[in-house]
Amino acid sequence: MSRGIAEKVVPAPLVGNRQRRSNVGDRIFGGLAYGAGFLILLIALVFLLALIIPAVPSITRFGLSFIVGRVWDPVHLQFGALPAIYGTLVTSAVGLIIAFPIGVGAAIFLAQENGMRVIRGPMSFAIELLAAIPSVVIGLFAFFILTPIMRTNVDPFLNHVLGFLPLFSGSASGYGYLTAGVVLAVMVLPILTALSRDVIATVPRSLREASLALGATRAETIWSVIIPYARVGVTGAVLLSLGRALGETIAVTMVIGNSPSIKASLFSLGYTLPSVIANEFTEAVGKVYQGALFELALILAVITIIVNVLARLLIWRFTKGEPVSA
Amino acid sequence: MSRLIVRIALDRIVTALIAIAVALAAIPVLVLLLFVVIKGLPGMLAPGFFTQSFHPYGIPGGGVLNAIVGTVEIVGIASVIAVPVGSMVGIFLSEYGRNSLGNTVRFVSDVLTGLPSIAFGIFAYTILVATLGHFSAISASVALAVLMLPVILRATETAMILVPHSLREAGLALGAPRWRVTLEVVVPAALGGIVTGALLAMARAAGETAPLLFTALGNDYLQLDPLRPMGALALTVYRNALLPYTSLQDQAWAAALLLVLIVGLTNVLARIYVRRIQR
Repeated sequence: MSRGIAEKVVPAPLVGNRQRRSNVGDRIFGGLAYGAGFLILLIALVFLLALIIPAVPSITRFGLSFIVGRVWDPVHLQFGALPAIYGTLVTSAVGLIIAFPIGVGAAIFLAQENGMRVIRGPMSFAIELLAAIPSVVIGLFAFFILTPIMRTNVDPFLNHVLGFLPLFSGSASGYGYLTAGVVLAVMVLPILTALSRDVIATVPRSLREASLALGATRAETIWSVIIPYARVGVTGAVLLSLGRALGETIAVTMVIGNSPSIKASLFSLGYTLPSVIANEFTEAVGKVYQGALFELALILAVITIIVNVLARLLIWRFTKGEPVSA
Repeated sequence: MSRLIVRIALDRIVTALIAIAVALAAIPVLVLLLFVVIKGLPGMLAPGFFTQSFHPYGIPGGGVLNAIVGTVEIVGIASVIAVPVGSMVGIFLSEYGRNSLGNTVRFVSDVLTGLPSIAFGIFAYTILVATLGHFSAISASVALAVLMLPVILRATETAMILVPHSLREAGLALGAPRWRVTLEVVVPAALGGIVTGALLAMARAAGETAPLLFTALGNDYLQLDPLRPMGALALTVYRNALLPYTSLQDQAWAAALLLVLIVGLTNVLARIYVRRIQR
């Protein structure tokens, strides 16, 4: 690309010998660069194979019944992934339902150009800081500080107010789906806020000003200009956050309660795909048990890849191929 | 007139809701940091925290020297693998990657970014732990290296694309071959972004726990041999937190504070570096 310009500018006889010599270096360097590019593809391929091949014993033995099976009993070599899949989906859903209004609300604020500049800098910094905090630290906090609060305050309150719904029935231990969902909300908040802010910031200023000039209030401008314009991109941001929530391991493992069961109540103990793997992988004996855990990992990887690809497509469509943060 | 009042009221309500959202978004990080500092500081200042290895319950003293050394060594080896490879891929993407191979690489690296961190541990388990027959620090390094690659290569690409095209053309017009222009003109100009990306990737790797669970495994004793199981700060936090002894739980808080300090300092350093380069 750039070389083409140089060749056009420098007359051919002048280039001659020297060009040929430099071509050797260029060829080596170009080869290295292309090699590095191919290396990434190779790593991704090996990555997939490293998940698929060890899962084969479990796939051939259980087939489809693995995905719909409700029993997870390593002692009797009975493996069904449904409790873990259910737990993963429920905790992620709870996390996103909590994080969505907070994240998008904060993003609308952060993307505005006028006023309140004093708060915006520290806010962006706080959100970036939250993104940088290791998940095990968030798990530690959740395990010691959040679970007692959930047990004595939040869960009984929800049970009192909304107890007629099966979702909020039963007694609370402080662990389980709801607590894990709150933890996930905290963990996806930074990425959801940052991405939504980037998306909302692309709403042309002229559109906003036109709406305000026509007499719309700021709330009406948000509703009828910003949200329709940014909807696709924000959907992408939500999907990326979902991908993050689905795969979050350590913090969830510390508060989910690690019980392979399917309960309607959000106060019940559960299990998620990553936390089964984290808990049981090192003690899994035998090809079948290990294979079952590999198959869980494979299911998890396939779900997150689908979610991520969808998200990237939406965001790419929105930002026209510009690389996005995070 | 009454409609106007409703509209204004609605506007105020939405403004208030957004303010609440901003507050709710900022609160978790403040509360979290507060607790980590309050609960972690006494343990961190305890004698022996930095100079002794883990002591089992009942034996007084003890620290996290084994974990600090482990984190440094595991992340160090991972960086030695990931930084050269990652920046080379970034160079490929920005200088040679305006084609379908480049787009494929970008896409694959984005997909890798989105994969759960525990999957990287499983990958390293299959290719290294299962084949070697034992847990090892080096397998953890490989897991973290693959986890770091997408961050580094994206940062490198972004930084190199920002280098003005006129610089490249000036170099080429002076007769320098393309590889020298890339290495001696473009890369130095983009160095700030590349270093920042590498630092941020290292910080992220230092805080990861899930990829270490079945690779480095953890080790209560000081271990320097990368072919043996090794401790790490993140593993100390995770394991000690789940033990029923308060003294060891306090050590988990202290280790968490140390981890936050390391990660936070690396982030701040990266930002300062960017600012100095940009000036």
